[in-house]
Amino acid sequence: MSTVTPAAIVFFGLCALVVGCAGGVALSRNILHAAFLLLGTLAGTAGLYLFIGADFLGVAQILIYVGGILVLLLFAVLLTSKVGDTRLSNPSAGLQFGVPLGVLLAAGLVYLVFTTPWPLTEAVATPMTGRPGEAFLGEYLLLFELASVVLLMALVGAMVLARRAVKGRSPDAASGGAAT
Amino acid sequence: MPTLYYLYLSFALFFIGTAGVLLRRNALIVLMAIELQLNAGNLALLAFSRSLGDLKGHVFAFFVIALAAAEAAVGLAILVGMYRTRQTINLDEVATMKR
Repeated sequence: MSTVTPAAIVFFGLCALVVGCAGGVALSRNILHAAFLLLGTLAGTAGLYLFIGADFLGVAQILIYVGGILVLLLFAVLLTSKVGDTRLSNPSAGLQFGVPLGVLLAAGLVYLVFTTPWPLTEAVATPMTGRPGEAFLGEYLLLFELASVVLLMALVGAMVLARRAVKGRSPDAASGGAAT
Repeated sequence: MPTLYYLYLSFALFFIGTAGVLLRRNALIVLMAIELQLNAGNLALLAFSRSLGDLKGHVFAFFVIALAAAEAAVGLAILVGMYRTRQTINLDEVATMKR
């Protein structure tokens, strides 16, 4: 590509975000950092989905991965790590960086709002949500229902696996006799 | 963007995920790396779906996301149970099924 288009900048920016954060996930020594870097990877992937024209999947990615799986992962990190393993310290950069950055950001946003010629006529959007929806309820109805059953089984299975002892038994007896 | 770029990115992501699965011994990191691999697969599915003008890639990517959610729920429940009985989630120390 001879000229640098805005689309190329966005695409390669998202690529750098995804690959950089993924490398952090795979190599980071701190498991909490890995979990938060996974957030960057998943958000970048969602951006790429939008970029590729799959807007439904992009939103589903954010809803399911960032809203569900990542929160579950963070719970698991905090439940399973020994307190010494995760350093929860949050070194703040302090006011001397935060205030100028905030003022700069606010000024930039105000400038952007008042100088941009906002298009007041509605552009005709080309939604990609309808066709997958029709496919789910038509050609792939059986698969769709199967996915529901799989999710239900996963839900019940996760509850059974992660539950504490059955009432009236000691925790050791319950974890030893999980087959009951 | 050409489809080939998406495939390069998908390959890089899958490579990083595989490296994470193979190199790291913390079970949580392994689960996160598996999520990376699933994302790489989704990216490739969507790239091919766009280049072929076929909607099936979208449908399959959606099912992959649903199964990833199920996998994460069950996998993390197993990890929490494992930690409760053994006080560790290091995969090298959890080599036997009995306690």
